[in-house]
Amino acid sequence: MSAITFAQHLLTGISLGGAYALIAIGYTMVYGILRLINFAHGDIFMISGYFMIFAMASFPWYIAIPIVLIGTVILGVVIEKVAYRPLRSAPRMSIMISAIGVSYLLQNLATYLFTAIPKAYPEIPFLKKIFSFGGISASLVTLVTPILTIVLVILLIQLINHTKIGMAMRAVSKDTEASRLMGIKVDSTISMTFIIGSFLAGIGAVLYFTDRMTVYPYSGSLPGLKCFVAAVLGGIGSIPGAVIGGFIIGICETFLVALGYSTFSDAFTFLLLIVILLVRPTGLFGEAASDKV
Amino acid sequence: MSKKTTRDLVLSILLAGLVCAILAYFQADSSAHSYAISIIERSVIYAVVAVAMNLLNGFTGLFSLGQAGFMAIGAYVTAVLTIPVEMRQSVYYMNGIAGWLENLSLPMVPAMILGGLFAAGAAALIGIPVLRLKSDYLAIATLGFAEIIRALLAAPVMDKITNGSYGLNNIPGFKNMFQPIILAAVCIAIMVLLINSSYGRAFKAIREDDVAAEAMGINLFRHKELSFVISSFFTGMAGGMLAVFMRSIDTKTFQVMLTYNILLIVVLGGIGSVTGSIIGSFLINGGQEWLRFLDDSSFTIGGAAIPLFKPGFRMVIYSVLLMVVVLFWRRGIMGTSEFTWDGLFNLFKRKKNKKSSAGGEV
Repeated sequence: MSAITFAQHLLTGISLGGAYALIAIGYTMVYGILRLINFAHGDIFMISGYFMIFAMASFPWYIAIPIVLIGTVILGVVIEKVAYRPLRSAPRMSIMISAIGVSYLLQNLATYLFTAIPKAYPEIPFLKKIFSFGGISASLVTLVTPILTIVLVILLIQLINHTKIGMAMRAVSKDTEASRLMGIKVDSTISMTFIIGSFLAGIGAVLYFTDRMTVYPYSGSLPGLKCFVAAVLGGIGSIPGAVIGGFIIGICETFLVALGYSTFSDAFTFLLLIVILLVRPTGLFGEAASDKV
Repeated sequence: MSKKTTRDLVLSILLAGLVCAILAYFQADSSAHSYAISIIERSVIYAVVAVAMNLLNGFTGLFSLGQAGFMAIGAYVTAVLTIPVEMRQSVYYMNGIAGWLENLSLPMVPAMILGGLFAAGAAALIGIPVLRLKSDYLAIATLGFAEIIRALLAAPVMDKITNGSYGLNNIPGFKNMFQPIILAAVCIAIMVLLINSSYGRAFKAIREDDVAAEAMGINLFRHKELSFVISSFFTGMAGGMLAVFMRSIDTKTFQVMLTYNILLIVVLGGIGSVTGSIIGSFLINGGQEWLRFLDDSSFTIGGAAIPLFKPGFRMVIYSVLLMVVVLFWRRGIMGTSEFTWDGLFNLFKRKKNKKSSAGGEV
């Protein structure tokens, strides 16, 4: 592999990693607060792809994208209200089954409404512009993804560390009951987490699908699981961890595919998960918690 | 023998006789009832997987989502060993067949048992690292392993054994519908015996409180591993049965969706109830037939076409059903109790009482 192809793959990997990072944040924030793997998060991301197809059918991209983001956020909040809130005091297994149920429902609903045949994702002209330098050529989206990811993450960290709602989130994730006693509205804080998670998943969907060009009902399930692994790799509950985890998985996957092991690129992710959970269950940046292993 | 047990025994024998009579009626003219037969066969196969999943999720409290992977192992081992030797060249026409496999064949039942053993072996290996994890982490790790198994089966290096993406076909089917039913009954009976043994009580203790169970002298890892291996063995067996039932398989059959379908059966039937899982399996698989009109856009009610009805609507109904059961009816059909004649009679009695008391108020 020459230096140029290496750089080319690295760029692709970083771009994929950026999209993964945005989705992984959704997992890590929800897990941090609810101790729940939001199995439906990957499917919210998929539905967001479909929203974009319909929004772009009648609006230019600069109106379509905000519509899609609002739609995705509403979907995320509704799912939390309908499927997770009633089970707050239920055994963990019920909440998990509920999350799987939502994922199952969204996939089946997408198959029902849009059929299982992959649909073409609309092109956003300026994102697809090809540029090249020093032998590497890429579309603009490849470059925009990691930059946008990092900007968003910095904003998010500011939000969490320096605003009232951010403080409420940190408090709820540390101790739900105590924060309720301190007058924090736990339910609206949790809704806020879902709003942020879905918003980032919506942006991730635009970037990811612009690169992939098709959406089908199962296109969210595998990326969803991978992003969860990314969140675990970085240390669940830690936002910078999720981002770095996303980048690591995106880059590793791209290189495995480039080296001709595409059948194993999915398997690799899960192998990574097992290894992390055994060797360093708190992940790279995770806080020590004893209930995982 | 008390009066009640005699009554239960008589009723059970009558029920078994009735079931046999219905089955014999179907079997006597199997071509006319092929659809009913295929539903019954599919139901009993899913019932085995559902009970095996229940053994793990409901009785031992280990939330595992690896069923599809273990079924794939069982299915592939069974398929590879039962495809008639003379057919093999045509099945493997694309990639050729591995030399050592060419003349290796086993009858159906030993092949299934071997498939189960392979699945159990894989589970034993996977269990060592994975069973140290808890709840969500265990779920996602087992889900991941199912994906790894599927990726391995589809990998180019396995082409000469698994036929890669072409899948395997020409698997000889069941000779009659009693074969799968008896096999499934034996599998479920063994699992019921296990659940009622001292091991089963240890599993339940682990489910309720693993720390307390350990304090009572139960070796946590050994029992979790045992439950995982046995559950996977029967899941593998059922995978083999599914391969024989479907007569052709490929790795796409064993996606996460399959696990979710089985989870739906277990949750609907009641987590922690064997009879619940069996009832759930028949309801869900039977529902595929009864609710077929939901997928049919030409179906009309009173002459009016319902725009909602088109392919895929049935699965939407199923997923809504799963959500409704989890949200509003968490115990499912049977909860953690088993089917008893007393329970059945009490159900009717309670209804009658309710009716009469309601009537009294008016």
